[in-house]
Amino acid sequence: MNFDFSDEAKELGEQAKKLLAEKAGTGPARKAMAADAPAMDAALWKEISELGWTAARVPEAHGGLGLSVEEVAQLAEAAGGSLAHVPLVSTLLATEALVLAGTEAQQAKWLPGIASGETIACVAWSESGAVNPANVRTEAKGGKLTGVKQPVADLAVAHVAIVVAAGADGPQLHIVDLNGADTAAVETLDLVRRHGRLTLNATPAEALGTVGDYQDWLDRAAVILAYEAIGTAGAAMAMTVDYAKTRVAFGQKIGRYQAVKHKCADMYIKLELARAHALHGLAMIGTNGAELRQAAAAARVASLDALAYCAEENVQLHGGIGFTWESDCQFYYRRNRALVAALGPRGWWAERLVRALEQRNRAAA
Amino acid sequence: MNFNDTPQEAEYRATVRAWLEANAAEYREPPADSWKLPEFIARSKAWQAKKHAAGYTGITWPKMFGGQGLTPMHSIIYGQEESRWHVPQGLYSIGLGMCIPTVFTHGQPDVIQRYVPKALLGEEVWCQLFSEPAAGSDLAGIRTKAVRDGDEWVIDGQKVWTSFAHASDYGIVVTRTDPSLPKHKGLTMFIVNMKASGVTVKGIKQMSGGSDFNEVFFDGVRVHDSHRLGAVGDGWKVALTTLMHERLAVGGKPRYAPGYETLMKLARGVDAPDGNPAIAASDVRQKIAQTYINDQGIKLTQMRALSALSKGQVPGPEQSISKVVVAKTMQDLASFALDLSGGDGFVAGADADPELAKLQGSYLGSAGLRIAGGTDEILRNIIAERVLGLPGDMRPDKDTPFNQAVTA
Repeated sequence: MNFDFSDEAKELGEQAKKLLAEKAGTGPARKAMAADAPAMDAALWKEISELGWTAARVPEAHGGLGLSVEEVAQLAEAAGGSLAHVPLVSTLLATEALVLAGTEAQQAKWLPGIASGETIACVAWSESGAVNPANVRTEAKGGKLTGVKQPVADLAVAHVAIVVAAGADGPQLHIVDLNGADTAAVETLDLVRRHGRLTLNATPAEALGTVGDYQDWLDRAAVILAYEAIGTAGAAMAMTVDYAKTRVAFGQKIGRYQAVKHKCADMYIKLELARAHALHGLAMIGTNGAELRQAAAAARVASLDALAYCAEENVQLHGGIGFTWESDCQFYYRRNRALVAALGPRGWWAERLVRALEQRNRAAA
Repeated sequence: MNFNDTPQEAEYRATVRAWLEANAAEYREPPADSWKLPEFIARSKAWQAKKHAAGYTGITWPKMFGGQGLTPMHSIIYGQEESRWHVPQGLYSIGLGMCIPTVFTHGQPDVIQRYVPKALLGEEVWCQLFSEPAAGSDLAGIRTKAVRDGDEWVIDGQKVWTSFAHASDYGIVVTRTDPSLPKHKGLTMFIVNMKASGVTVKGIKQMSGGSDFNEVFFDGVRVHDSHRLGAVGDGWKVALTTLMHERLAVGGKPRYAPGYETLMKLARGVDAPDGNPAIAASDVRQKIAQTYINDQGIKLTQMRALSALSKGQVPGPEQSISKVVVAKTMQDLASFALDLSGGDGFVAGADADPELAKLQGSYLGSAGLRIAGGTDEILRNIIAERVLGLPGDMRPDKDTPFNQAVTA
């Protein structure tokens, strides 16, 4: 049995965490929060591109490193933990779509730029009124898309968007070149990661794979985003634990009180459950396993549960100071909303999990 | 990543499987009626002797103590294969899982010689005498005392929640040998003969109706000093090595316990409050999802530990979440499913639907599982303190001589 990351993936994860601990974190996130701050940390983007992070998943034939999704997961976790102000996870999600469903020509057109870091990619499924990835109404017809996508993470800095639009057979992925696109900024609860609005008005687009590929991509995206959420939740937990070890009330460290330490233990429990399912998802992606749909949905639900709990209780256990603008608690509390919005709410994914379990039971019967 | 055995593991599994096929044939199906105690003991002893002769006992123990000197993976593979059969299980799990490793770690050589081989062969059954009426989570608060009398010690007091005490030949017992020291310091552990004069065993009837445990009373029971485990006053340290084994043993969801599939099946047959099939109700589906996430999450977490063992590494601390998740998930699922079944879920015994009866058993049993082998609260303390490094609870009696501490 080998139910663990490869040594190579772990090593990349360690390097990424180390670099981002230096170059990102809540300090730079606070600077990024300013209204006039740039939409990304361009110097950091350049550095991580040169280190090959955006090239990790790109096949060697297209200028990448041809690594596995395990490396992608490690990078997503590192990005999530550091709140790094770069469009890394957006680009990784888009890359996964191109690698999964792109034609040779589509891959040749977009992947080399992504690998080098010159091309930034984002993912646009969300739209007003669509609360989950199944019911998008943006229309795909005759190679053109019409609809308004928002909020789209990292739209302001992206060169290409993977857009979900409904054709005759249902929602599927499309590639939209953002050169000359109609975009605008959208305010969201997350004050660090920039989001935007993409207005499509008979905008030319190429279909990327089939409706089935969209569903398969959702599984993969759910697993990658689970790792980002695990990273963010882990950082919130670490912040709580550090505080509980130093803050004194009623004559002792607050970490001695079970009301406090049991919440910390529950953070850990939820995080480890999320890790178990996310790793299951990675194993299923890596082996083309039959349990990917259920594993991905479980990873999504468990990671959102962990993030919500860690982010909320982090504020709570800091007490009044945690509720101030100056406290770093707000970064995780707000990022929780961003990661829910990134691929749809817990409830939809829990329903997807149960449907997958029902299907498997029927198949087994 | 893969879930496959290594070639060596596969080879061992094949050998084990072939041996079980050849030797466990009578246990292919569950017994028609559950065994009464004498039959259970007789079958357990016969099965243990058979395993012993074939080299499937003490798999991870050092050879010098009669073990096989193999890795934890070998033991796990044997356990996985054996669990596919309905062989008698449980009589030796505490003795061989916890007591005897304590004996061969802390006992004197002639004592080890005398007891370990017979325990491994299954001839003698062992129990663990730790908990007391006034010392559950706060185990170091035990009051059973041992007083030195020449080469012997005289034990007086009471233990509780002792599994298989009524079937045991020997036990390991933690006693207080010096009440003038702080509570963790004045303890000493001994091997005690359960058939000795002065030992009385009484069954406890549990809330669930079953009787899996005992009270054990000691009234002037004499133990020779050679049967001491570890130094006088080192009983707490010795007990911790035993408990380490317990926390590993009390792990995943019990095999008999209903899981998400049970709720799925049940919900197809009953109506939700709005009159539609319950399986279509959002709260039912969310509960199915949560149950899967918890139970399967623990199973996957255990696979992470197995992977580490398979590579010869030490598993990470994530194993510590198992029981605290499993027990509460069992209780929540059973409670939810019985709610859903209305009056049918309440009708019990001979009048109950067999599937619902299982859920009722789970509802009652899970209340005990949340306490056994470390309460939910103690396990959260352990995670917070040992994994996350938070400071220990304030313990006003920690440094006070035991006989001066406030006890009520």
